[in-house]
Amino acid sequence: MSPVVQGLLTIAVAVSVCVGYFYSSNLILDRVLFPAKGPNAGRNINVANAIRPWLFLFPAFAALALYLAYPVFESLRLSLLDRSQGNAFVGLDNYQRMFAEPKFREALGNNFLWLLIVPAASTAFGLLIAQLTDRLSWGSIAKSLIFMPMAISFVGASVIWKLVYEARPVGFEQTGVLNAVYLFLTDNNPLNWLTIPGWNSFLLMVVLIWIQTGFAMVILSAALRGIPEETVEAAIVDGANPFQIFFKIKVPQITSTIVVVWTTITITVLKVFDIVFAMTNGQWNTQVLANYMFDKLFRANDWGVGSAAAMVIMVLVTPILVWNVISVKRDYRA
Amino acid sequence: MSNIAGHRSGAVWAVHLSVVFLVLLWLFPTVGLFVSSFRTADQIVSSGWWSSLSTQESQRSPVRVSGEEIESNGAFVIEGRLFGLDDVEISAWGTSSRRATEFQPGASAELKDGVTLSVQVDGSFQLSSPVSQEGQRLPRVFTTASSPPDFTTDNYTNMLSASGSGGGMGKAFLNTFTVTIPATIIPILFAAFAAYALAWMEFPGRMILIAAVVALLVVPLQLALIPLLKFHNAIGIGKGYMGVWLAHTGFGLPLAIYLLRNYMAGLPKDIIENARVDGATEFQIFTRIVLPLSFPALASFAIFQFLWTWNDLLVARVFLIDSSGQTTVMTNFVVELLGTRGGNWEILATAAFVSISVPLAVFFFMQKYLIRGLLAGSVK
Repeated sequence: MSPVVQGLLTIAVAVSVCVGYFYSSNLILDRVLFPAKGPNAGRNINVANAIRPWLFLFPAFAALALYLAYPVFESLRLSLLDRSQGNAFVGLDNYQRMFAEPKFREALGNNFLWLLIVPAASTAFGLLIAQLTDRLSWGSIAKSLIFMPMAISFVGASVIWKLVYEARPVGFEQTGVLNAVYLFLTDNNPLNWLTIPGWNSFLLMVVLIWIQTGFAMVILSAALRGIPEETVEAAIVDGANPFQIFFKIKVPQITSTIVVVWTTITITVLKVFDIVFAMTNGQWNTQVLANYMFDKLFRANDWGVGSAAAMVIMVLVTPILVWNVISVKRDYRA
Repeated sequence: MSNIAGHRSGAVWAVHLSVVFLVLLWLFPTVGLFVSSFRTADQIVSSGWWSSLSTQESQRSPVRVSGEEIESNGAFVIEGRLFGLDDVEISAWGTSSRRATEFQPGASAELKDGVTLSVQVDGSFQLSSPVSQEGQRLPRVFTTASSPPDFTTDNYTNMLSASGSGGGMGKAFLNTFTVTIPATIIPILFAAFAAYALAWMEFPGRMILIAAVVALLVVPLQLALIPLLKFHNAIGIGKGYMGVWLAHTGFGLPLAIYLLRNYMAGLPKDIIENARVDGATEFQIFTRIVLPLSFPALASFAIFQFLWTWNDLLVARVFLIDSSGQTTVMTNFVVELLGTRGGNWEILATAAFVSISVPLAVFFFMQKYLIRGLLAGSVK
């Protein structure tokens, strides 16, 4: 069967099973199990209404439990086993081996750099562009063009930027923009940028900043629009200059949005895998955790250390997870 | 801001210019790839893509004169064009590499033994000799020529035809659609019902479930790779489309539920209360009232999920792509080209551009829903 037909069939089956499930389970609940008539009509209606939400929730939450919640615990379990010893329990051995590996420490170090630089730079650029385009007649076109990289895959973006960083041997015409500019400004030889430790990690970060700035800009632009006009007008009347208005009036009012943008990008950074995988595959000191983990799981076939690396990513995400849950709970109570 | 604060036109211009600069900076890399995909391999390696947009003066590789010898008026003449039908404009030429710009176009050069050669601006030449040059090596011509911008769609025709150098891209393209469409539709179904229950039904533990969705929103899917692969192998679907659809469904659900719940909770209470009073069942309220009203949120999520599944590499590599090579997707196709044909930019640029063209089209046509979804989807 061709995959296309299989795909269409799956859609049809999934849709009908899903609709059928919801329809018939409601029907059975109301007509067969707890009919709204007879001597117990009132009680039956109440029981049926107490059960009904769970009918609605069941498929989605079963899938969530199986595909996201269970793997967290399973990964934790796998990280304590050694596959080569027949899945024997080895305690924290995998973690010890992992922390002793220079490549892991390199990945951890690089990840911290990514976490410091990418969210900060994307948010700063996003805020700058949001502010600059705020009252511009062609602002929406400008924003749309800067937002565009959001639609491009990390792999596509990697190819795009690889062309920018392209290096040709000395004496040939340079076809990468970076080297062309570099040779225009200096008399040095062209550099193979992606192989220079220190620089290369930074150049990979540029790709993600390029993508994420649009996201930050869209959210912050909406937040800037939401600032009450009176506060800005009052500041103008008091003689504040544009910079004071921006930093002392506007930014403090959108702090919570800035935090949201920052944390969302932080999570993206922790998961970023494709860019490093496609551009350097962790060579020349560019390794990051997600790619290190992929390497361990699928190249070295070392599930223990791979799962341990996944748990490290999970631990790094946890503070944000807790913070999000707390703030959502607070919002719903208010 | 600048127009309130004192109408300083200098500041206004500075804002305009800096936005122009930023937009160009953001566009430049993508345009580079786009332009490169319309250039031949030779053009791509011989000059930067930015110079292909204007007429360029460059020294061309030498061409050896060739053609049929015709005898006329006691002279043996060979006529022809150095660059075939290419549109070039020669600014200087010569017959040795050291004096490559010795002659002006139209001038006639005296070579040894009374042979004369003239080259015109358009590349046509005339070589005339008192004796037949049959069997002799004819002179080489070095030229400096300016050529106008020259683009070709050959890369695309090559890549899209099954036999071309990019064989398999058509298949990868189709496979990607096969992955994305079910992976977009199925989570919407699951999520919509759950979102309705979380938004409009009263039951104990509702708050905990909402908190659980928010928590799962940030769980890295990296953790799920091995456990789920084991699970898929255990239930017998192994690697394949079914596995990747299920995985994308699971990973997309938190955002779907979160987005839809927030949207549904914002619908006017009166409509739903009135319907309940009129005796509509929850199932009817959901399908007849809430679902149609939630269309914008459904569209937002559908676009997100489509972009995410189309652009995904990791989930496809783990749950779909096996060693048979029959189930590759566009992102993986491009990554493999990067590995095997990293220097063949004409192939790479074209494949990459085909792979990003679909998301870009979706982006430009449905940006409104995308932005709406982004604003609703970020945890506040």
